[in-house]
Amino acid sequence: MTENIKVNVHHVTRVEGHGNIVVDVRAGTIEKCELQIVETPRFFEAMLHGRPYTQASHITSRICGICACGHATASLRATERALQVKLSEQTIRLRRLVFHGELLDSHILHVYMLVAPDFLGVGSVIPLATSHPEVVKRALRMKQFAGDLCAAFAGRHTHPIAMTVGGFTQFPALSKVEELRERAEALLADVDATVELFGSLPWPSFERETEYVALVQPDYYGFIDGEIGSTDGDTLPVDQYRAVTNERLAPHSTAKHTAFNRDSYMVGALARYNLKHQHLHPRAKAAAAHLGLSAPCYNPFLNSTAQVVEIVHCVDDVILLLDEVLKRGIAWEKPGPVTLAPGARGVGACDVPRGILFHEYQISENGLIEEANCVIPTGQNLGNIDRDMRALVPTLLTEPEDSIRLKMEMLVRAYDPCISCSTHFLNVEFVGK
Amino acid sequence: MATKPKIAFFDFTSCEGCQLTVVDLLQTHLGLLDLVEIVQFREAMSEKGEDFQIAFIEGSCSRKSDEARLQTIREQAVVVVALGACAHLGGINALKNYWPIENVQTYVYGKHGKDAYESYPARPISAVIKVDAVIPGCPIDRHEFLRIVQLLLQGRKPRLPDYPLCVECKFKENACLNTLGKPCLGPITRAGCGAICPSFGDGCEGCRGWAPEANFAYMREILRGHGLSDADIDARFTMFNHYQLQQMGEPAPVTTPLGPNKTAPLPTSAFAAPKED
Repeated sequence: MTENIKVNVHHVTRVEGHGNIVVDVRAGTIEKCELQIVETPRFFEAMLHGRPYTQASHITSRICGICACGHATASLRATERALQVKLSEQTIRLRRLVFHGELLDSHILHVYMLVAPDFLGVGSVIPLATSHPEVVKRALRMKQFAGDLCAAFAGRHTHPIAMTVGGFTQFPALSKVEELRERAEALLADVDATVELFGSLPWPSFERETEYVALVQPDYYGFIDGEIGSTDGDTLPVDQYRAVTNERLAPHSTAKHTAFNRDSYMVGALARYNLKHQHLHPRAKAAAAHLGLSAPCYNPFLNSTAQVVEIVHCVDDVILLLDEVLKRGIAWEKPGPVTLAPGARGVGACDVPRGILFHEYQISENGLIEEANCVIPTGQNLGNIDRDMRALVPTLLTEPEDSIRLKMEMLVRAYDPCISCSTHFLNVEFVGK
Repeated sequence: MATKPKIAFFDFTSCEGCQLTVVDLLQTHLGLLDLVEIVQFREAMSEKGEDFQIAFIEGSCSRKSDEARLQTIREQAVVVVALGACAHLGGINALKNYWPIENVQTYVYGKHGKDAYESYPARPISAVIKVDAVIPGCPIDRHEFLRIVQLLLQGRKPRLPDYPLCVECKFKENACLNTLGKPCLGPITRAGCGAICPSFGDGCEGCRGWAPEANFAYMREILRGHGLSDADIDARFTMFNHYQLQQMGEPAPVTTPLGPNKTAPLPTSAFAAPKED
């Protein structure tokens, strides 16, 4: 057995944002095992203070280039709930389409370009373009559809333009919707090939039971609104998100930690799968079976396969939604009106690609933001990543350091961390016990 | 065959959306990889080379400890390109420059915020190192990125449009949002994005920086005509350009939107600051 191990990964690659992994094992004992977050803080809550509510979704989409539509949607929902805005069925439908576009874009980017290189023995997607050109071309084809879907309804994916408080500022021609519908149908072959590819990869076997938290809806696998569900049994309205996230400054840490029923919980595709797999479309259920995923799944590496299942589900959902748009046509609706009142407060919740996201605003009677809070998925996952790392390291001690380093990086990457969403979890110092 | 120019991507305080836009560009222009060799792109690849000639830098400089990294990049690169509004203007990050930095740190992170989260007022990278070219926008326009890369590979100096956004908006045959009662900063903003926001029904927010000889006073009159308060107009002027307006001094309209007292500190936040054990 290896007695002393030192792993120091400075700036983990193929993740969004800057983080370091530090493992220090002496005489077989873990002295240090931590994911250090070294991203620069950005202070979005302070930036929002005093801004007109109309700017909030455009400012907060800039929290993250990958989840721009997700942040915009959570921001709009917080504003709309504070200002008692009613949404039309069309607005809800079109927002779902944008949301699916972003989720597909993000998941495809993650599984193909950030995760797959680990299994195919290359450092990145760039040598993959030479060694596996068909795989890369397929990923780019699928990603392009996802981006075009966002662009058709929101103007662009990073950063959405046409989504506004109460509705949309612009609508696509139906001919554009028809074109997307045809392309979605043609994408199904690529979706099948994706399930085949990721079903053939040797996922690491590692399990650690934990709590999973996601937004739940009564009868569908949704991503916008709903209630906060947990595999430990509680279901709470989104207004009570603070009871779930419990952001605290721990004495040994400078980061805001979150914990609900246990020391830590996991959010993201695997959490959603564990909580509401019964509502997946049939093709996605079949994909889960093919990928060897069954609930409850306690292997964090399989978060990536849960993302593949969601790719399948969302493409089917996009087809259903586009059919609905084509059937009903598009009305050039004006955004729903706002009601301004002193101290109006609202919480918006969305399950973005990396997990559950909360925005909360207090808006003054003259429409200026007085208070803001954003709790992002990666911040909620950090405590769980740390505990997974500490459970994984002892199982790897006999392996060479390069192999340990790779497995630790793969674990961190499986969570698809989005560190540049740099609210609330900086300079994390996990002190090994 | 001559060796391909080596390029590298770096990120500072940003959302990394501009680098993602470059990844998106590869969906339709994979041939770009035949022209250049990417030696560093942390967000997308593990390989890492330090022998780059062109450095694309995304993000603002918002802490002292990042200055040395910027200097190192500058020493290696023949050409440094500021990628996107954060690097070009300071961008959204400079919104926090309204208040003293200690105030901002404790507002979001409580009483330990000052020690735990190193930060100073956000600046464009040109405030720290010499910048040879700029690709504006939040995010960048992928076609403009391609055009500028092509020019750089030909050894030519890229130039940005020297006219306001309205010119492109007219070419698109858009109805003028300002005449429709929707506030739009197109008249004072540098063109180059194809007027994408007005084309989707939303007024320009100025993410590409000001057009040469921008007439702020008349822009303010137009916006007052929409019934906007001066505080609301300031909020629009400063969204991406707070740092630029600070540097310009007069006629830069920089006030704290919540009140007339420009130096009023942020109140204690009941929302964002964490509970303390």
